[in-house]
Amino acid sequence: MISVRGLSKSYGDLEALRGIDLEVRRGEIFAFLGPNGAGKTTAISVMEGYLDRDGGDVEVLGEDPANADRDWRGRVGFVLQECRMEALLTVRETLAMYAGYYRAPRSVDETIELVGLGDKADERAGRLSGGQQRRLDVAVALIGDAELLFLDEPTTGFDPSARRAAWQVIEGLRELGKTVLLTTHYMDEAQELADRVAVIAGGTIIADGTPDDLGGRGDAATVISFDLADVGAAERVRGAVAGEWAGANGRLELRTGDPTRSLNELTGWALAHDVDLARLEVSRPSLEDVYLELTGTEPGS
Amino acid sequence: MSAASLVFHQFRFEQKVFWRSPAAVFFTVMFPVIFLLLFASLFGDQEIESLGIDAATYYVPGIITLAVVSATLVNVSMRMVEMRESGRLKRMHGTPLPTWAYFGGRIGNSFVVSVLMVVIVTLLGRVLYGVEIPTETIPALLVTLIVGTFAFCSLGLALSIAIPSEQAAPPITNFTVLPLYFLSGVFVPESEIPDGVLTFASLFPIRPFFQAFLTAYDPLTQGAGFDWGHLAVVAAWGVAGILIAMRFFRWSPRHG
Repeated sequence: MISVRGLSKSYGDLEALRGIDLEVRRGEIFAFLGPNGAGKTTAISVMEGYLDRDGGDVEVLGEDPANADRDWRGRVGFVLQECRMEALLTVRETLAMYAGYYRAPRSVDETIELVGLGDKADERAGRLSGGQQRRLDVAVALIGDAELLFLDEPTTGFDPSARRAAWQVIEGLRELGKTVLLTTHYMDEAQELADRVAVIAGGTIIADGTPDDLGGRGDAATVISFDLADVGAAERVRGAVAGEWAGANGRLELRTGDPTRSLNELTGWALAHDVDLARLEVSRPSLEDVYLELTGTEPGS
Repeated sequence: MSAASLVFHQFRFEQKVFWRSPAAVFFTVMFPVIFLLLFASLFGDQEIESLGIDAATYYVPGIITLAVVSATLVNVSMRMVEMRESGRLKRMHGTPLPTWAYFGGRIGNSFVVSVLMVVIVTLLGRVLYGVEIPTETIPALLVTLIVGTFAFCSLGLALSIAIPSEQAAPPITNFTVLPLYFLSGVFVPESEIPDGVLTFASLFPIRPFFQAFLTAYDPLTQGAGFDWGHLAVVAAWGVAGILIAMRFFRWSPRHG
């Protein structure tokens, strides 16, 4: 559906995209994950045909979006990062207006139901909450029954329940057989929705793959951690259980490629020596850890 | 959909938005009516000697000029800025709707509101102040209206490009047209305005547009009342507006 090779774009001296490659297949939900200013919106704008590129090849639905015609526009739907709908038209009127632009639009009422605005159909857009307005925006993207949807930060600024609702709508698109390219800076959103993720930072794609495998996450070591204040006991356990040990301030961490065996050895040793492993945890690196490591950002920054 | 039905489709929604917008209805419909009642009631019986007509007959085409410029230039300029800065214009541009169909709907909206205002102001003039309805010059009136709608819509489009934000739209638009109303004899009878000022005002489109209407409404006008000279000036401004708009038009918000 989308094929991008060596895409580059600069704004003056600022290189927003430094040659990115991208493949999105039919029926896939593909997430572009990256911090603000990474180049996500620039890349999506080129694919939508809004922005001229400096270099590289871009093919969307078999055509170069820079030369897109009306037929192509009818096959692509999108949610822009910022768009306020007409405040004086109702939800139903807004969708009826956009439906009139397409050759074979979806049913207005069904689309309203799909985005969960059924009880707001006759409310003017100006009276909807922020989350509801965004859902109306998504409904407008769907009304043309396009095969391919670009969603640029579809849930930014949502409260948690509105995000959940939006995720359900996007999951619904998968069932309709749509291909979706979305951008987000939320890890959990990419994890929840995407079949494949590309992490973009500083204008280049620094990792891509399924959310489970991203950045070598699939083969990454498991971390077992627990509290052990007694320095002597800490010394002895390091000697007794094999693995890569680390730790500070009374909390020990064991990295292991074989967590079943390591955990068995560890707990066996603890029971035999009557040592309490307080706040024992077993974890794999989260997508967030991978992302923070990849993009070089500090947690919480 | 056929070309005509696409334009009509867009026109219908532009109409809905227009009539639901308190600011648009106030400034385009109520404001001119209030001014007509005010001016014609205060000065209606006085004769404007240089023209040989009473003030009420003078103010009917004057207020029509005000209403049409408001329905076209002012309305288009403010709405285009709002459409652009809200991101809606960019979104609309990404749909299969052809650009001409969108602008067709917008201009259609301005034209229908303008026709309605001509009818309202003419009827009020007749009923309240005995200003004659210019039946013989109706074709001239229509041509003036069509040329004016085209010209002032395209000038509204051109003006919207120079306006950086939604907050700036009302002051910039009003400061563009308000002084011209005064200098062009729309608010103050032209007999009270120095010749030099009138000559200066004639360089801009509002004065010749008003004169074309005045010719059509003047009971002393002989024949069909076509004022081709002044209409040509208005049309030239319209062409300039379209050229500027085509060269510099932006679909995306300024900040994005």
